[in-house]
Amino acid sequence: MSKVHVTTSINGDPVEFLCDPRETVLDVLRDRLGLTGAKEGCGTGDCGACSVTVDGRLVCSCLMLGAEAEGKEIGTVEGIATEEALHPLQKKFIEYAALQCGVCTPGILVAAKNLLEREPDPTEEQVRYWLAGNLCRCTGYDKIIRAVMDTAAEMREAS
Amino acid sequence: MQYHTPATFADAAAIASGAEGITRFLAGGTDVLVQLRSDLVEPDTLIDIKHIDGTHDITKNADGSWTLGVAVTGAEMSEHAELSAEWPGLVEAMDLIGSTQVQGRATLTGNLCNGSPAADSVPAQFAAGVTLSVTGPDGTRQVAVEDIPAGPGKTNLAKGELVSAVHIPARGAGGGDAYLRFIPRTEMDIAVVGCGVNLRLDGDTITEARVSLGAVAPTVLLVENAATAIIGTTLDDAALDKLAAAAEAACNPISDKRGTVEFRTHVAGVLAKRAAQIAYDRAKG
Repeated sequence: MSKVHVTTSINGDPVEFLCDPRETVLDVLRDRLGLTGAKEGCGTGDCGACSVTVDGRLVCSCLMLGAEAEGKEIGTVEGIATEEALHPLQKKFIEYAALQCGVCTPGILVAAKNLLEREPDPTEEQVRYWLAGNLCRCTGYDKIIRAVMDTAAEMREAS
Repeated sequence: MQYHTPATFADAAAIASGAEGITRFLAGGTDVLVQLRSDLVEPDTLIDIKHIDGTHDITKNADGSWTLGVAVTGAEMSEHAELSAEWPGLVEAMDLIGSTQVQGRATLTGNLCNGSPAADSVPAQFAAGVTLSVTGPDGTRQVAVEDIPAGPGKTNLAKGELVSAVHIPARGAGGGDAYLRFIPRTEMDIAVVGCGVNLRLDGDTITEARVSLGAVAPTVLLVENAATAIIGTTLDDAALDKLAAAAEAACNPISDKRGTVEFRTHVAGVLAKRAAQIAYDRAKG
């Protein structure tokens, strides 16, 4: 089967890959590019563990073909921290113990970062609605929501 | 699986009409990829229409009507303040589908052409009086949205045909629309019943109305008797009761794990009344 040649950008770096037309962005990230932050939970867009941004828009990477990434800018959890420091969200997730097994965490970090870029001062209700597509079976969500709210407050003070 | 990225709808139609086996068009992929990954449907030919000019555009035309590209996402509709203000029922119906992530990809046309009788945006499209440009090997024709669904998972589009644009009528004066659905939980579930209402007022009196029901028959229904029940009224209690009776009479549902025939039929009447009241209040402004 002929492979598709794709030129894209991941976390600001130019990337080229060949993929089977049936492969998803998630397959490509994990199996071809070694970016294993995004997780496959359900493979059907229900759990959000594979969340990435595409041109700044939050999507499930399991519901997008690798071939569709041509010319796009993809953001994954690997791009959230800098060389020097964790992102404020990552620090708060540790401080609040907003994770246990950690499978949902990369998707939630990507989703929460995308929310805070759009809405620096969200209500708790907005955070809960925004993250409703990110399932977590460990935490009961409360610590996650509090970590995001506190991060938002801290980032507003810092800016 | 062959993956195509045509630059025009004519090319897309030509590829589809010449293809053997299973063909799918790819816009947001929130149904196509689920079916692919679940081994339910593996297309032999997958035609990604997102490289075609205009498929991502929301355009307000000079006459007040709207043209939406077929790859416009739910998130893009919700973020469009003027579209949301003119057609809140349609935009809210689309916004009910799935999570933030799904909204980043899902489209009105995909929701329609997936053919689910429970698709949330489809009753709202019926009520709004949406028309579609359908492009095939012989050119482009205009089709009313209610002529597309043929049954669960089936449309009346012929081989090689695809929806190439979505047309929403001019809102005009005194109009309002609403969509409501019943689900057993608060968010992100499949409609047990859905109801769309779109109407226009002259003063307090309804002069035009369209009422639609989802998940109570093999396809979404446009219920003309329900519209007739409220046209010429001020949506008083007697009109609302007639509306509910007409909605119930149109139901031909199945019993399944999400609801029985009796429950769905009853809820159809309740939702029709509530949606009509919201549309009426919106039309009053």
